[in-house]
Amino acid sequence: MAETLLEFRGLRIEATAYPPGEAPRHMVLVEDVSVSVERGKVLGLIGESGAGKSTIGLSAMAYGRGGVRLTGGVISLNGRDIRLADAAALRALRGREVTYVSQSAAASFNPAKRILEQVIETSISHGLMNKAEAEARAVDLFAQLGLPNPESFGARYPHQVSGGQLQRAMTAMALCPSPDLVIFDEPTTALDVTTQIEVLAAIKRAIVQTGVAALYITHDLAVVAQVADHILVLRGGKKVEYGTTDQIINGPREAYTRALVSVRSIDHAEKAQAAPVLSVANVTARYRGTNFDVLKNVTVDLAAGQTLAVVGESGSGKSTLARVITGLLPAAQGRITFAGRALSGDLAGRSKDDLRELQMIYQMADTAMNPRQTVGTIIGRPLEFYFGLKGEAKRKRIQDLLEQIEMGKGYIDRYPAELSGGQKQRVCIARALAAEPKLIICDEVTSALDPLVADGILKLLLNLQAEAGVAYLFITHDIATVRAIADRIAVMFKGQVVRYGQKTDVLTPPFDDYTDLLLSSVPEMKLGWLEQVIAGRKMEAAGN
Amino acid sequence: MKLPFSAVLGIFLTSSFLFMAVFAQFLAPYSISDPSGGVWEGPSATHWLGTDTIGRDIFSRLIYGGQITIFVALASSTLAFSLGAFLGFMAAVKGGWVEQVMSRLVDLVMAIPSLIVALVILSVLPLNLTVLILVIGLLDSTRVYRLSRAVAMDIAVMDYVEAAKLRGERQTWIIFREILPNALSPLVAEFGLRFIFAVLFISTLSFLGLGIQPPLTDWGGMVKENKDGLVYGKSAALMPALAIAALAISVNLVADWILSRTSSLKGGRGG
Repeated sequence: MAETLLEFRGLRIEATAYPPGEAPRHMVLVEDVSVSVERGKVLGLIGESGAGKSTIGLSAMAYGRGGVRLTGGVISLNGRDIRLADAAALRALRGREVTYVSQSAAASFNPAKRILEQVIETSISHGLMNKAEAEARAVDLFAQLGLPNPESFGARYPHQVSGGQLQRAMTAMALCPSPDLVIFDEPTTALDVTTQIEVLAAIKRAIVQTGVAALYITHDLAVVAQVADHILVLRGGKKVEYGTTDQIINGPREAYTRALVSVRSIDHAEKAQAAPVLSVANVTARYRGTNFDVLKNVTVDLAAGQTLAVVGESGSGKSTLARVITGLLPAAQGRITFAGRALSGDLAGRSKDDLRELQMIYQMADTAMNPRQTVGTIIGRPLEFYFGLKGEAKRKRIQDLLEQIEMGKGYIDRYPAELSGGQKQRVCIARALAAEPKLIICDEVTSALDPLVADGILKLLLNLQAEAGVAYLFITHDIATVRAIADRIAVMFKGQVVRYGQKTDVLTPPFDDYTDLLLSSVPEMKLGWLEQVIAGRKMEAAGN
Repeated sequence: MKLPFSAVLGIFLTSSFLFMAVFAQFLAPYSISDPSGGVWEGPSATHWLGTDTIGRDIFSRLIYGGQITIFVALASSTLAFSLGAFLGFMAAVKGGWVEQVMSRLVDLVMAIPSLIVALVILSVLPLNLTVLILVIGLLDSTRVYRLSRAVAMDIAVMDYVEAAKLRGERQTWIIFREILPNALSPLVAEFGLRFIFAVLFISTLSFLGLGIQPPLTDWGGMVKENKDGLVYGKSAALMPALAIAALAISVNLVADWILSRTSSLKGGRGG
């Protein structure tokens, strides 16, 4: 058996929150977690937000973010307990034995310094190497991670490289001092799916070549399945299940793990074509003061009571399409027809019925609801505004809507801050439904949610479509969501629709290059998927 | 909920000041204008804070002066806030040339020291309380406009404001129902500050002889009347000065407490 590098025994982590004007609130974040990592192995930590995975990850270097205290158990690293180590010992440990890669490289790099300078900083300050050695090592790592022009890459500033490259530079920073353990905290979550696969492959290659051990934290089981040897499933700060990656993916024992594995398996047969409720014809749009077309000649139709999914990476123009349809950004050219009538390009030129029948749901439910209004006010306002409902009739209707979104009547007097993420999004759905719309534009509505919660929202949307016959324009970057909900699909790339049609047609080969890249980049919940895809691409590249 | 000590102290002092201001006529032991003792007497059992340059009771005048000072400051800062906040919110919501015109006008006014503007205007217009309140209120509203525009610009880009626009809500709903409740915390804190600035401004004007006119008095005017006494070691001029300082601190203690309370309300924008 290989040597144990890191071991948690009965780890307990607590925190105290101090809400101003209230009594301090005591919380147990992590309770009785025991797990160990062998030298050179990768442990995946997986769970929803609030599961304590980042907290456990950071505790591997005896660190607690703002007021978090490591109150119990043993954190044994290289055979010694570091939980109660003093500041000098921790300083010697962090950045040398254990290093950390955060989710947002863009926020973690100092924009005023060159990349190389930051990558080698810890190695030099720990006295591990001199400047020349450190620079040579950094260049090696750049090459290993597949960064372009490794010799000169480090001379650039963080804003001069792409997000995926910056994430890899951060991995180089973590690997530079030759640590025993690297903590990867959601390193690919903020990246586009086609970039994610490159970064994932680079990280995996670097882990194998340097023989470093790693804690890989993520909420995406399909991603962790590609890199981890063992997986620890967490929920609410407690251990749910621990096993080899193979066992967790192919033979999960706990119900919660099974739910995680089978997530996004909603089956939705596409509906036949029908008369369109919305027609977008040859729309070209640009933002004021620029002469760059964000949308180029976009033409799509959406049938009444059906779902059109608009898929693409960030910057592909899919959210701009939503802004054009809602009238926030008048189109430069082209026509929009809605419910049989031409729709004015400008918000001011639209009738109250136009506004009522076209509703929108946002990605961030947090910012889509006024924090100073109760759920009742938020849902009640469209009822009052469009239908003139007041008093008891309004309250009754709000309660009906709350039932419809599968939340109880008791929520009517709550404030958004007192709801969970999924409940917030449900209230936003209820607000859109209150207007009795013909079309709801859903802008990445499930992207900010945990997989199981997102699943619930998608099911709810499908049920509501069946009941109320409302059409959805569903904007997303997630192919799994598209499979679950769409009747038609439009794939967007650089402002153009590159592929458009019924779901089965769009998702059936032969593909155009971009759709192929997009579809093959979506992580699948099986072992060895990453190697297969990468090998496939290399073969293609060689064949060309 | 337990009140912090600073808030208790602030509320106690501020309400005592307000109580004195409202019931000045019943509380003051002596008349505001008639001498009741010798010139510049020290504190005694009959004259708690001594007497002034022509033998009037300082404690009584302090109470009457406080009434005027607090009333004028309160009225002018209320005016400044209603006007400044409304226009600031409107500028943030409307944008475009409306915002440009208003902001440049405000810049223009702010570029000239407000004391000088006030002195020029007050030397032309008749000197009475209404004019004084209007002048101070309008000058102060430019500062409030700046703050509320900046605060509202942050809020106006939130999705819930966009949602309200898409719903077809009118500008007044967006300003008063979507933006105002979320902008309240910084504005309340600013009100505490602005109120004190207004107190100082009136006192300065009165000190220069262009503020409250006799037989009425205010704290700045009292400092002016008694300043010569300082040379002879008489404390008379210090009393109104101390009153200004005490009022400033107590009002701000309350404003601080309200700020921390409102931002932690259910649905607040975090600590």
